[in-house]
Amino acid sequence: MSAEWPLWEVFVRPRRGLSHTHAGSLHAPDAAMALRNARDLYTRRQEGVSVWVVPSTAIVTSDDPAVTPAPDKPYRHPTHYRVPDGAPHL
Amino acid sequence: MSADLAAYVLGIGDDALVAAQRLGELYASSPEMEEDVALANIALDQLGAARLLLEYAAELTGDGDEDTLAFLRGPDGFRNHTLVELPNGDFAVTIAKLLFLAAWQRPLYARLAAFPDERLAGIAATAGLESAYHLDHAAQWTIRLGDGTAESHRRMQDAIDTLWPYARELFTLDPVAERIGVTPPRAEWDEMIGATLAEATLHVPAPADVPDLDGRAGRHTPHLGPLLDEMQSLHRAHPGARW
Repeated sequence: MSAEWPLWEVFVRPRRGLSHTHAGSLHAPDAAMALRNARDLYTRRQEGVSVWVVPSTAIVTSDDPAVTPAPDKPYRHPTHYRVPDGAPHL
Repeated sequence: MSADLAAYVLGIGDDALVAAQRLGELYASSPEMEEDVALANIALDQLGAARLLLEYAAELTGDGDEDTLAFLRGPDGFRNHTLVELPNGDFAVTIAKLLFLAAWQRPLYARLAAFPDERLAGIAATAGLESAYHLDHAAQWTIRLGDGTAESHRRMQDAIDTLWPYARELFTLDPVAERIGVTPPRAEWDEMIGATLAEATLHVPAPADVPDLDGRAGRHTPHLGPLLDEMQSLHRAHPGARW
């Protein structure tokens, strides 16, 4: 049955003055039920002053190779630096 | 007055407790994970109200506590309406039961929130907020199933028709309620159910004979016994168990 219910992305505004932040996703048959499910799953303990639900299919992703991880280019990762003796927590 | 109040509080507490136990059976087996969470939340709300009410009922009688009331009574001792002890059936039956119960609890708790007894009024005020959510959830699903596919419409109407006679028990004469001055919220219930069924393209069943059952007098269906057996088995095997 999951295949029949569309996926929705949930955005919660934690308090006034802050932006809506992505909280997670859920399945629901329509927008009204998605909002109700979102309150159940993501704001059960009164987190947030406002909730948005957006059909996942409406979201456009960048999908740009330049910002994806490049496992074949280890020199991009700062793992080969020697940590100086005086900075153990660097 | 105190004995009547205790009996009344026990009745509405048993409604909540048995409803919680029945809904809890669906845990991890709802049609969708999201619905599982919703029904489990509703079951926990009912359980929370049941604990407060049974604890108060025990205090009023000066005998035992919430646990002895929940775990050491047999089916004859329970005072819940038979509606809440009926099996879950398919999803339409589960939703119809919740709709009928919540459409009764919501306006009842609203009335009790202004009841002269402060303790009962406080419990009712808290439970009433949760009840609004239960009612909304059940109404939303009734509308979607009723005004959905031919199959969901048929099942939802079947569920309404099957449960209708049991719903009438919510409004049969309850001498205890009458003596403490609480009238069942018949008009609010009829209005809420009528509006929801209309939006769901379902029809209100014709008046039906009420089964010869009276949960408030301890006359239950055979379904209550097995429910209590399961609910009470741990306490019977390990009296006073805690975790």
